Amino acid sequence: MSTAAAVHTEEDHGHHHKETFVTKYIFSQDHKMISKQYLITGLFMGIIGIAMSLLFRLQLAWPEQPFGIFEVLLGKWAPDGVMDPNVYLALVTIHGTIMVFFVLTAGLSGTFSNLLIPLQIGARDMASGLLNMISFWLFFLSSVIMVMSLFVEAGPAAAGWTIYPPLSALPQAQPGSGTGMTLWLVSMAIFIASSLLGSLNYIVTVINLRTKGMSMTRLPLTIWAFFVTAIIGVVSFPVLLSAALLLIMDRSFGTSFFLSDIFIQGEVLHYQGGSPVLYEHLFWFLGHPEVYIVLLPALGITSEIIATNARKPIFGYRAMVASILAIAFLSTIVWGHHMFISGMNPFLGSVFTFTTLLIAIPSAVKAFNYITTLWKGNLQLNPAMLFSIGLVSTFITGGLTGIILGDSTLDINVHDTYFVVAHFHLVMGISALYGLFAGVYHWFPKMFGRMLNKNLGYVHFWVTAVCAYGVFFPMHFIGMAGLPRRYYTNTAFPYFDDLADINVLITVFALIAGAAQIVFLYNFIHSMFYGKKTVQNPWRSNTLEWTAPIEHFHGNWEGEIPHVHRWAYDYSKLGHEEDFVPQHIPLKKGEEELQH
Amino acid sequence: MNIFLILSVLVLIAISIWQITKIFELSQAKKVNTQVADDDDNNLNGKLMFAFLIFIYGITIFSFWSYGDVLLPNSASEHGVDYDNLMWISFAIIFFVQTITQALLHYFSYKYRGEKGKKALFYADNDKLEMIWTIIPVITLAGLILYGLYTWTDIMTVEENDEALVVELYAQQFNWKARYAGEDGVLGDANVRFLQDFEGRNLVGIDATDPNGFDDVVVQELHLPVGREVIFKMRSQDVLHSAYMPHFRAQMNCVPGMITEFAFTPNKTTEEMRQDPDVTAKVKKINKIRVEKSKELVASGDMALDPYEFDFLLLCNKICGASHYNMQMKIIVETEQEFEEWMNSQQTFAEVIQ
Repeated sequence: MSTAAAVHTEEDHGHHHKETFVTKYIFSQDHKMISKQYLITGLFMGIIGIAMSLLFRLQLAWPEQPFGIFEVLLGKWAPDGVMDPNVYLALVTIHGTIMVFFVLTAGLSGTFSNLLIPLQIGARDMASGLLNMISFWLFFLSSVIMVMSLFVEAGPAAAGWTIYPPLSALPQAQPGSGTGMTLWLVSMAIFIASSLLGSLNYIVTVINLRTKGMSMTRLPLTIWAFFVTAIIGVVSFPVLLSAALLLIMDRSFGTSFFLSDIFIQGEVLHYQGGSPVLYEHLFWFLGHPEVYIVLLPALGITSEIIATNARKPIFGYRAMVASILAIAFLSTIVWGHHMFISGMNPFLGSVFTFTTLLIAIPSAVKAFNYITTLWKGNLQLNPAMLFSIGLVSTFITGGLTGIILGDSTLDINVHDTYFVVAHFHLVMGISALYGLFAGVYHWFPKMFGRMLNKNLGYVHFWVTAVCAYGVFFPMHFIGMAGLPRRYYTNTAFPYFDDLADINVLITVFALIAGAAQIVFLYNFIHSMFYGKKTVQNPWRSNTLEWTAPIEHFHGNWEGEIPHVHRWAYDYSKLGHEEDFVPQHIPLKKGEEELQH
Repeated sequence: MNIFLILSVLVLIAISIWQITKIFELSQAKKVNTQVADDDDNNLNGKLMFAFLIFIYGITIFSFWSYGDVLLPNSASEHGVDYDNLMWISFAIIFFVQTITQALLHYFSYKYRGEKGKKALFYADNDKLEMIWTIIPVITLAGLILYGLYTWTDIMTVEENDEALVVELYAQQFNWKARYAGEDGVLGDANVRFLQDFEGRNLVGIDATDPNGFDDVVVQELHLPVGREVIFKMRSQDVLHSAYMPHFRAQMNCVPGMITEFAFTPNKTTEEMRQDPDVTAKVKKINKIRVEKSKELVASGDMALDPYEFDFLLLCNKICGASHYNMQMKIIVETEQEFEEWMNSQQTFAEVIQ
């Protein structure tokens, strides 16, 4: 099947197309261009998301202090430079939404699935270039709407990124639940459509368009991760769409799916018989798998980069694939751990505790396999490698506290406190962000034909790494002190007054971390135009994308697509002169494919 | 102006970093500029990896040293003892695993930093090792799951009984109310439809046709007798709230249209809690901060802050709108006798609506 498809596409695409500016740079159907479009849109959204976090960190460290920057950026929402509580909530809401969906889902998965799936499996392009283009433009549209929602009269959505009704359903409950929330919902509905089109395309491409010899067991772990991520997305995103649609119905058409018995602003509302808990189930049916939609691609990228730079095969390839599959399966049956104290039946809490803690097993296998891959390697500590090692470190630190949060008993007292904020920022936020950075440093030469400056990369990594721990490690203590999250300030009553020092420390680290990202942006933009020109295979990697010419053209390879004869991890294999043997090199006489 | 200053500082930082890297590169002009890590890079970054391990340990120790005193004091409820035990066991396991895995990760990154001409070991698989690090987590987690579920079932099984005190926690934007069941021990029916009855004096919407409600008592400060089980029934009139009582290791969401439940037995009175060494240390620290703050306030012509005294708190822990951060209620745990006296001085629903 894959052979036939490959031969067929060779006839179609093995030559240069004449392209206009519009078809090449804007409405492009070429996966490499779409991947760059995803990356740049994602980075732009990332700047907004990170900038927002710095604003509310200022408020948390120096509560109710006037800041000139608030007056400039927030205008009427910061009278005399003091941030309004509604705006604080709007900032945390949009920060969460943008970082989770727009940066770490679309920006990460969209960029690297698009770039790497065709190039690493040996295909001319995605199965459907047109769907791929539509997918990007829907994402772009949803980004535009989300950014637009920041400028509406009453402010953007402010009910937390989980937008639980009734708070999100009733404009009387908070100003952000008016037009801002409508735009949020519309933006997310379009985003989901984009994500589904993208995911279907990735799945079909991986199944059908692998080059000759690229069996599933020879796929690089990046592709396994992207493939499984796409499957999780197709299974769970539609459920969020249904939740969003039902919420739109409740908000605009008077239905009562999620609302019942409400008295607000001196008035009894007509809603009867709905339940906010139903919304929570629907939301987290996506919401939890979403964590893995964010994380798995980052882990896939890490697997590839760690193996390449350690000059060693990834340890336990089959176990790695098995743990990706196990995590994917388990991720769809653990959503209830976000709802232990939502009022659902406590027996369900027991079931979800059980399934949730099971996820620790495949996660532990992955962490140990990464560590073993480093053992007796010849580590090339490129910036991409540093970010990958950093990812494993934050993945462990953040993942371990999951043992506490996943346990329904212990969750009772740390639920929705800063302990949760520290946990998920380390395990999925920082880890996935490191995955994104690692991917950019590693595949920048493939995308732009130039190298990123390594010294700036080192500065970027070390400052970010120190600050990430500086921000999120002390944050656990604030949570253990009992401070709820999404508090505009912890100084409204005296009990939390002793947290002031910690909040200042965290904010200082956050500001430095923000400044470090400017180094990255500078490096990115500067190197795009003036970076050192790359050689074809700068990291001396085994995977197929490095056999394609540096220059980009539609169809990826001149002439025939390379055939694959071995797995992607023949690094430092005995009996070879070089310390890497690319996948398209045939096995020598008498050479075993794997030496277990 | 401020934003301009900040931006120019950031730009200057960027320029200086750029210049430093330039100098660094020019000073090594003989090297081939490939932007791929060479032996010097590997050496430097490998050592930094080791330094980073020390940093992780350092920040852990530093945090415990300087922030250990902000943590919640020992629990003030009966089930809280089990809760705290499970928490410390989990933490012990976490710290053990964290210390070892971070050490291995960063030490390997340092020890095996690349060198030209060195060859890595081709080591692709080892089923035995995989088995070991599958089985060990399985056993550990099995233990944690069993202990956790045992405690969970224990905490969450709420059985109605004559001994227990039944209290309704009623949430609205942005305050809490509590309703006691009165002499009969049964809460009267209630619904938001009745909130407007009796010119707004029906604070939690009690159904005036239900005789069970006549002796109910609605208050804005929660009093609990020590040593007696309290069964909480939670309601909300508008959006989701969460009744969070951190000192009792208790939390449950308040959901409009639904009654949720949580029960615990307070085992320390407010007075006893104020004598607890952890609490007195914390209060002392807070008061020191408040004295400092008062000095500034007085200097600028404002009133000084009152000294702080410890009280149990009921906090809202589910985002509920603008004043979410200040939605709290004082909880007073006292002896049975003090509680009875306080209760007798409250007005019943029948008295309020007369």
